[in-house]
Amino acid sequence: MNVNFQEIKEAILVSLGTEAVLGENISLAQPQLIVNKEYLKDICLFLRDDERFFFDQLSCLTGLDNGVPKNTIEVIYHLYSIPFNVSFILKVETDRGDEQHLPEVSSVTDIWRTANWHEREAFDMYGIVFIGHPDLRRILLPTDWEGYPLRKDYKEQEFYHGIKVAY
Amino acid sequence: MSSHTIQYNSHPGNLERSEPLVLDTANLKRGEMIINMGPQHPSTHGVLRLEILTDGEIVKEVIPHMGYLHRCYEKHAEKLPYNQIIPFVDRMDYLAAMNSEHAYVMGIERMLGIEKDIPKRVEYIRVLVAELNRISSHFVAIGTYGLDIGAFTPFLWVMRDREHINRLLEWVSGARMLYNYIWAGGLFYDLPVGFEERCNEFATYLHPKLIELQKIIIENRIFIERTANIGVLPLDLAINYGVTGPMLRASGLKYDLRKVDAYSVYPELRFDVPIGKGEMGTTGDCWDRTQVRVLECFESLSIIEQCLEKLTGEFKRTRDFDPQAMVPKKIRPKTMDFYMRAENPKGELGFFFRTTGNTDIPFRCKVRAPSFVNLSVLPSISKNVMISDLVAILGSFDIVMGEIDR
Repeated sequence: MNVNFQEIKEAILVSLGTEAVLGENISLAQPQLIVNKEYLKDICLFLRDDERFFFDQLSCLTGLDNGVPKNTIEVIYHLYSIPFNVSFILKVETDRGDEQHLPEVSSVTDIWRTANWHEREAFDMYGIVFIGHPDLRRILLPTDWEGYPLRKDYKEQEFYHGIKVAY
Repeated sequence: MSSHTIQYNSHPGNLERSEPLVLDTANLKRGEMIINMGPQHPSTHGVLRLEILTDGEIVKEVIPHMGYLHRCYEKHAEKLPYNQIIPFVDRMDYLAAMNSEHAYVMGIERMLGIEKDIPKRVEYIRVLVAELNRISSHFVAIGTYGLDIGAFTPFLWVMRDREHINRLLEWVSGARMLYNYIWAGGLFYDLPVGFEERCNEFATYLHPKLIELQKIIIENRIFIERTANIGVLPLDLAINYGVTGPMLRASGLKYDLRKVDAYSVYPELRFDVPIGKGEMGTTGDCWDRTQVRVLECFESLSIIEQCLEKLTGEFKRTRDFDPQAMVPKKIRPKTMDFYMRAENPKGELGFFFRTTGNTDIPFRCKVRAPSFVNLSVLPSISKNVMISDLVAILGSFDIVMGEIDR
């Protein structure tokens, strides 16, 4: 696994330049590559189409809030290559922003269309705006819900259509 | 707030505010109509709302709206210790709770690094109950699918046979659908005395019933007419949409995580992975999806028989066997991110954990629900089909709203 991880990282560095990759986390059981969010789409497209990898499936897309002290929000992409049976994990970090300036990450919907609903869910729960998403609406919560519930500092609104929210 | 206060402020604009239509009602062409199917429509298999743009009988566009069963699983999971999340995991895919539990506890065990220490008997019991539950989940899928397209008898037949499974699992765990039976590190309890014999009887009973089921629904002329060549899902589209499980296999790819990841004791068991071949029409149509599910029931039955053989032979019950021997007192994984996936009846169920090392509560526990991902392909394969075919396509997906909305 680790060998493959380094090979993939080298390939990304060679084809997209050194500034595409910001770091790595190889101490974990499942190593992660932290990438520059400006290059995210290029990297994804490269990983999907390169004939050495063929990461044709996006298994999972996770939004994650690190809370106020760290002030970062992460998006984690679990890629899987069906022909080579290899997994690869990409991670993007960005500022948490606030209500007026929501964090922005580019969308990978036109690379893997499964990202469409995953990104809508991340937007719904964390308020991450995916640039280039064709239909960025809330998916699980009602459209007029206030706030992004999975943020660590989320406070629920008092009433929703006259129903008391907190119980 | 006094007890007489009416809580809900009824307002005609509330629906428009909370779940507005996506399509523009002002610019409809002549003859076009927007229809809402659901959320209280029996053929949407739960509280799913489909916004449909129709032209006569033809569906032009489908937009699913969900969230009516959202129970804040991921928010709750950030407040609860690992072992107390298991009942919540049950309630996601309530038709296959054992399989979900199995995937979840395997994730925890791998994070703790104790997955090699689990006794073989525990592993075989887990696979046994999970495969029983897989059959019962497929039965609901096949039965309600028959119901959707006008076949009532198969539904009653599979419900009759599913009742046996429910009773077996009730005997094991005390609950009929939501078990909390598989614990991180072990099981709630060993199999009850006499279970193996009763389960063996059931397996002997079920085999001819599965052949009967195949005859009454799969080979039924009317069923073939309703499902062959309908809702064809090409393989490349399926992969691009992340579709997994019986739906992906019906599109012709031999891809089963029980084989690919070889978790638990699956590598020690012999079973085949059925795929869709397009025998009645095109590969990846609704008929293929149902056929794959029926064939998987046969495979699961064979797995159950092999498990029972092991559980009465090599790993048979002993007086001093304690299924909770390896259950950790405190579940405190090291700081890490971990993604665990397993093959559920609906597809790849994934759990993403982030742990912080000094607490037994996960920092984040995201669920990659197979039904959620599978449903997302619906709008792109149900363009220009008849409304009745849309029901047939949706039914063949085998979605569970508890898992989609979480």
